[in-house]
Amino acid sequence: MSERILSVLVEDKPGVLARVSSTISRRGFNINSLSVGPTNIEGRSKMTIVTELDAVEQVKKQLNKLVNVIKIVELDPSMTIETEVLLLKVSINKDSQTSVIEKASLSNATSVDVGQDFAIFELTGSSKELDKFETLMKPFGIIEMVRGGRIALQSNL
Amino acid sequence: MSASQKKGGLFFRIKRKKDMAKDKLSGAELVIRGLEHLNVSTVFGVPGGAILPAYDPLYDSPIRHILARHEQGAGHMAEGYAQATGELGVVIATSGPGATNLITPLANALMDSTPMLAITGQVASHAIGNDAFQEAYTVGISMAATKHNYLITDASEIPQVLKEAKYIATTGRPGPVLIDIPKDILNQEASWVEPGDLDLPGYKPTLEPNPKMIQQAANLIKKSKKPILYIGGGIIHSKANNELFELATKFNIPVVTTLMGRGAFPDGNELCLEMPGMHGNYTATTSIQNADLLIAIGVRFDDRVTANPAFFAQNAKVIHADIDPAEIGKVRDAEVPIVGDAKSVIKGLIEALGDTQLETKSWISDLKEMKSKFPLSYNQEDKGPLKVPYVLEELQKLTKEEAVVVSGVGQHQMWISQHWNFTEPNTWLNSGGLGTMGYALPAAIGAKTAYPNKLVLALDGDGCFQMTCQELITASTENIPIKIVVFNNGNHGMVRQWQKIFYNSKFSASELTHDTPDYVKLAESMGAIGMRMMEKSDVEKVFNKMLEVNDRPVLVDCVVDPDDMVFPMVPAGGSNDQVIMNTEDLKNL
Repeated sequence: MSERILSVLVEDKPGVLARVSSTISRRGFNINSLSVGPTNIEGRSKMTIVTELDAVEQVKKQLNKLVNVIKIVELDPSMTIETEVLLLKVSINKDSQTSVIEKASLSNATSVDVGQDFAIFELTGSSKELDKFETLMKPFGIIEMVRGGRIALQSNL
Repeated sequence: MSASQKKGGLFFRIKRKKDMAKDKLSGAELVIRGLEHLNVSTVFGVPGGAILPAYDPLYDSPIRHILARHEQGAGHMAEGYAQATGELGVVIATSGPGATNLITPLANALMDSTPMLAITGQVASHAIGNDAFQEAYTVGISMAATKHNYLITDASEIPQVLKEAKYIATTGRPGPVLIDIPKDILNQEASWVEPGDLDLPGYKPTLEPNPKMIQQAANLIKKSKKPILYIGGGIIHSKANNELFELATKFNIPVVTTLMGRGAFPDGNELCLEMPGMHGNYTATTSIQNADLLIAIGVRFDDRVTANPAFFAQNAKVIHADIDPAEIGKVRDAEVPIVGDAKSVIKGLIEALGDTQLETKSWISDLKEMKSKFPLSYNQEDKGPLKVPYVLEELQKLTKEEAVVVSGVGQHQMWISQHWNFTEPNTWLNSGGLGTMGYALPAAIGAKTAYPNKLVLALDGDGCFQMTCQELITASTENIPIKIVVFNNGNHGMVRQWQKIFYNSKFSASELTHDTPDYVKLAESMGAIGMRMMEKSDVEKVFNKMLEVNDRPVLVDCVVDPDDMVFPMVPAGGSNDQVIMNTEDLKNL
């Protein structure tokens, strides 16, 4: 099963997220990533859902039946601009700090907070770049990490 | 005090006039006024703490309230009302258990596309989420059992939401909509504002089919030598039975009617093959297997029709028309998919076919021959135990008028669909998709409320009847003279049949006993007339007596053979090419 990216335009109303996610989870499918946020149109939100579905056509039709769902577009990965944000808190000490900072800056991560024994970096990029950065930081001891969910736009839309 | 006395009193008329003139109304008054505004004449329900404010103005309203004995019963009553009329059925319940008891009827209405509105009370806004007394997360619980639902957060929303809810419930593919209203919102004051235009950017049902698709469908039909019209509940929702009749008879296309589509095309017409599928008749099931084209309208290729889809109609191309795009291609890919309302689709097909003459003569005569070779059969011995099919056929002979027949779920349901002659839409009410035992009695009450002058028959099984039998009290006290036949085989008959066939006759937990309860005494204790029939010689006599009673509900305890089985049968997941016709065929299973 391959990854599918659905871009779902919805009315900004309470419960929409629950309706959408339960329509997918009803079939026992996991959602790999989901992000929701406002759009340029008032009262409309956009959900970007990344999931592995073998019946994506049927799920799209069922999502379309939801009264608060306005439009669903399945994004073509080859024509899609995709990005994700990450915050990563890593432990540092005298021996490691130079190396941590060097690796972070080579990865284009921005340091957003530094303490005595930790540093927090922010990185925006493709999921692969984020994965790579996580691997790089792992040996230094990741204290906490959070990823924001993938967002995507089709470049020809 | 009777309902008419209650509504007609001078005091109430004056009080009501005053209420109407008030600037501000309570949320509860807005609900009742909103329902009146939607031309709701009857609601079914059970009161309770959180919904109490709504029952106060309801008392003064011309809307008739039927007090059910359980919210599940109230929900099925609303469904029966809606299935019989094609109009919105309304049910009211309180928070917590009141609302959770409604989940079964809501899920049932969703499966069978029945337009229904449920209004539930909720604990006060500030208490929501705090595990307050009688609190349940109704919107969350009912999300998967409704077409849409609402939580009201301000009383001023009520008129508009009611209008929206009715629109969503009754248009497109109909279904149940629930509105949950916290108690403080029912008490909150707001002005009545005439509901405006609906703003539903995500809800735009496609009614008119794409003309290109209609043309493609017509081209396939023109080439077909063995077409079958595969017809379901969508025809009835769309009120397209006359158009269907024209399409079938003008172009000589045989018709199979699914469980939900019975009555959409008249039994007895030479083109009508009646019900296909798991317990369909041999000819209907086999006609689909032999067809070169399925014209499927308002059907969803349910597993009870298709059995294993891989073996279903392997020689046929498929035209699939439905108002719900999610049904098309769900089970079977269609060569011609058509999204649209059944009535418009059929009208379009008739026009596109023009004066085409289909060469279906030999196909029809083949099917006719098959019908006479493989009829539905039963063996009623003179002195032997009663068989349901025999009793049904006798009952229909004695019934002079067109009856509304309401059924439970199981053997008796299949026998009714097989042996009763349905000639009109909306005269066959049953729980097709969800298979809800206990549906018959309350749904019959709902139907009879809608049509007090029609003969309404609840033909039920004993297992089903025991699930909602307290509603017999509702029928008596609310003066709703339905007629109930309990086919009493002392067992969960269909469970027993499966245990016999698939579980080596190990009858685990399927026996109920014939004589407990005593249905005659039970009926009498609930204000109805009770009668019993045991053998062939009783049938005519007892049914004639039953049909004479019109001032109160009548129940007939019809004691039948527990070992009788429904045939034909195609086991779940089997192939429709292998129809089991009788117990002899079972040996080869």
